[in-house]
Amino acid sequence: MIDFELSPRIKATKNMVHMFAEQAVRPVARQYDENEHEKPWDLLKMVQKVMGGGIAGALGSPEKKEKKEDEEPKEKKPKETNLAGAITVEEIFWGDAGIALAFPGPGLGGAAVQASGTPEQKEKFLARFAAEEPAWGAMAITEPEAGSDTANLKTSAVLDGDEWVINGEKIFVTSGKSALEDSEGFVVVWATIDKSAGRAGIKPFIVEHGTPGMQITKIEDKMGIRCSDTVSISFMDCRIPKENILGSAEVVDKTKTEGFKKVMATFDATRPLVAAMAIGVGQASLDFMRQKLTEEGVELRYGINPHRMTSLERDVMQMEADLKAARLLTWRALWMLDNGLRNDLQSSMAKAKAGLAVTRITQKAVELMGPLGYSRELLLEKWMRDSKINDIFEGTGQIQLLITARRLLGFSREQLK
Amino acid sequence: MVSFEMSDEQKMVQETVASFATDQIEPIMRECDESETVPGEVIAKGWELGLLGGCIPEEYEGFGEEISALTNQIALEELAWGDLSIALHLMAPSVLAISVLDQGTEEQKKQLLPLFCEEEYKAASCAVIEPYYNFCASALKTTAVRDGEEYVINGSKCLVPLAQESGNLLVFATTTPGMGFSGVDAFIVPGGAKGMNIGEREKNMGVKALSTYPVTFKDCRVPTAARLGGSSGCDFLRVLSRSRLGLSALAVGMSRRALEHSIDYATQRVAFGEPIGSRQAIAFMIAEMAIEVDAARLLAWEAAWRCDNGIEFEKEAALAKNYAADTAMMVCDRGVQIMGGHGYVRDNPVELWFRNARGFASFEGFVMV
Ligand SMILES: Cc1cc2nc3c(=O)[nH]c(=O)nc-3n(C[C@H](O)[C@H](O)[C@H](O)COP(=O)(O)OP(=O)(O)OC[C@H]3O[C@@H](n4cnc5c(N)ncnc54)[C@H](O)[C@@H]3O)c2cc1C
Repeated sequence: MIDFELSPRIKATKNMVHMFAEQAVRPVARQYDENEHEKPWDLLKMVQKVMGGGIAGALGSPEKKEKKEDEEPKEKKPKETNLAGAITVEEIFWGDAGIALAFPGPGLGGAAVQASGTPEQKEKFLARFAAEEPAWGAMAITEPEAGSDTANLKTSAVLDGDEWVINGEKIFVTSGKSALEDSEGFVVVWATIDKSAGRAGIKPFIVEHGTPGMQITKIEDKMGIRCSDTVSISFMDCRIPKENILGSAEVVDKTKTEGFKKVMATFDATRPLVAAMAIGVGQASLDFMRQKLTEEGVELRYGINPHRMTSLERDVMQMEADLKAARLLTWRALWMLDNGLRNDLQSSMAKAKAGLAVTRITQKAVELMGPLGYSRELLLEKWMRDSKINDIFEGTGQIQLLITARRLLGFSREQLK
Repeated sequence: MVSFEMSDEQKMVQETVASFATDQIEPIMRECDESETVPGEVIAKGWELGLLGGCIPEEYEGFGEEISALTNQIALEELAWGDLSIALHLMAPSVLAISVLDQGTEEQKKQLLPLFCEEEYKAASCAVIEPYYNFCASALKTTAVRDGEEYVINGSKCLVPLAQESGNLLVFATTTPGMGFSGVDAFIVPGGAKGMNIGEREKNMGVKALSTYPVTFKDCRVPTAARLGGSSGCDFLRVLSRSRLGLSALAVGMSRRALEHSIDYATQRVAFGEPIGSRQAIAFMIAEMAIEVDAARLLAWEAAWRCDNGIEFEKEAALAKNYAADTAMMVCDRGVQIMGGHGYVRDNPVELWFRNARGFASFEGFVMV
């Protein structure tokens, strides 16, 4: 039955997280924007204690995935782990995107381990996120010469006895410093074991903090989400145990690229979550704008003919509808995932829509609010800077359109480049 | 709990209407547009689906199925996938019927609802729109002034579908000027009423198969009992909003058709040695069209779901309607663009959808869920 009502369980979480975001995150948002590279340690430790990596844990949604294989289709428990995760993400990001991204937890690296790790790997690498001290997981795919074009990456991994030897350079690794220097975390590094095999030769490897030969070479200064660290990492003869590869080491047989495919499939779960991040920031902006308009006695008339509306009313309506549309597309993608339906198309649609919608919404909000919008006294301008990333990372808007179009047209990546 | 899965009944409605649209409507769409008529037998067949009668309770001689704006939307999307003019023609009586069902007095229900449960299609219509560029439903210039046991209606309307053949018209008029939506009432005016004059059939850019008329009222008198909702009157914004829910679904259906057509074309048409869809300029247009069609549908569904669940839905209906209308125009414009010159000629259906699409900006009160 079609239904848009959140379950009581999700509603309760939503309210709780919203309060937390409002009282603990929002008040320090500006501070950690202005003081880039500083971290709200007290808050992060508190988050670790209270939630045990629970918030970012939603990104990996542990229990859920493990069961999937041999689970009977009819189980009584409501299937809404991923949707619940998205609602939590939206609320925290409503509080602040930079700080939310800096929250401890398995992150994308953890999600990859979750999706394609062996039981031993999961045991070994994921336990730390429930420990006392905060820990971070990171994922390093992007290179200076390989961003959207991930198949072109050059970082290599060569088997030498019982070890893989990794060489190469990764850039833009979210929480790379948190994972490797500030905590006992790890980074999942994508490297090729056979350049001639193209895509099939690319494998993810788990590299632990403190592994010799791995070094953080740069910490980026950014337009927004400044509280979250983004780093470059270089690998020079970096040796890791043979068993730290995620999935099989097989290359030749193209059908046996399960590991790679599984990791790619983690994006079907994470893209809608990135969309949810965007929506949280968009909602913050709309809430702010509505409040200011109400204070100034501006009433918004919804039922009247659009060409009788003031241009402000039309803009606000458009923004609200866009945000709502993005949210519903996101919910649909996650609902499909929760119900075991293939959602790669829908998750790209949601990410494309949300990334674009929220950049437009926040930019318009700054415009509409005039000096209030542009001022660094208030957070609106920050939200505009923060939200821009949502149309870039985890696959740019263009890449999402590419994926969407390929699926709709039935074209392969060779047929539609 | 959030779910995007249709109920079995909704799936059945969708399948039934979809096959009617595929078999009966779509093949004659072009013919209807060119000849500016809808064949009676298609309407008769469509009426047999019982879309309207279905949601009228048994006590008023309907089939008494569950009344659901959302289920109706699902049906409307499929109808409009077939053809907008035919969908509007077929569902025109819904405006009167559902308004009466939703807000009418007991006598009004008893008197009017059985008309729509008969085997034969009976046209009925609704007069909301007025012929001013700055028209807004919240500031109707048509007035109804009480005079003893009667109301006297004066003013002009336009874009009244099927006015000529309608047994009854639901006419909206201001009773309390300056009060916006809450100052508006609706009156059930029988066809041929004295003081009501139906002009010559209008010529529109699109939905050409649907006949629409200007209607003027000059001291047209109706008994007070003709006022929708009786002495308490009606909630006009709610009427409009239910209509907006319906229009959103129609816009989605037509947009979806145009999208599907564009996808087929883009994979088949070859230029510079490859299908045009293998170029991003075309592929990205298609991806965005698909995203917006789905987004518009979800907005429409959510608004209808609110309506069905007794949650305030007027604002959502307005958002959904405007969004779906914009989407329809965007999608159909791109449909033409993707087909280049072939999209501009009348052999091709996209030019028809393109013309129809612009109509959503104007259609208020054309259909109801
Ligand atoms: C703050 C931040 C955090 C990040 N976190 C991570 C992380 O944790 N891990 C990680 O691995 N990476 C991360 N990234 C990297 C991010 O995913 C990439 O920046 C992104 O994928 C785009 O790659 P690029 O910057 O190389 O741009 P390019 O790939 O060079 O793209 C440039 C432009 O060309 C467009 N484009 C590229 N290919 C096509 C095509 N085929 N068709 C149409 N248009 C195309 C793009 O959309 C874009 O507009 C992060 C980046 C930032 C800024």
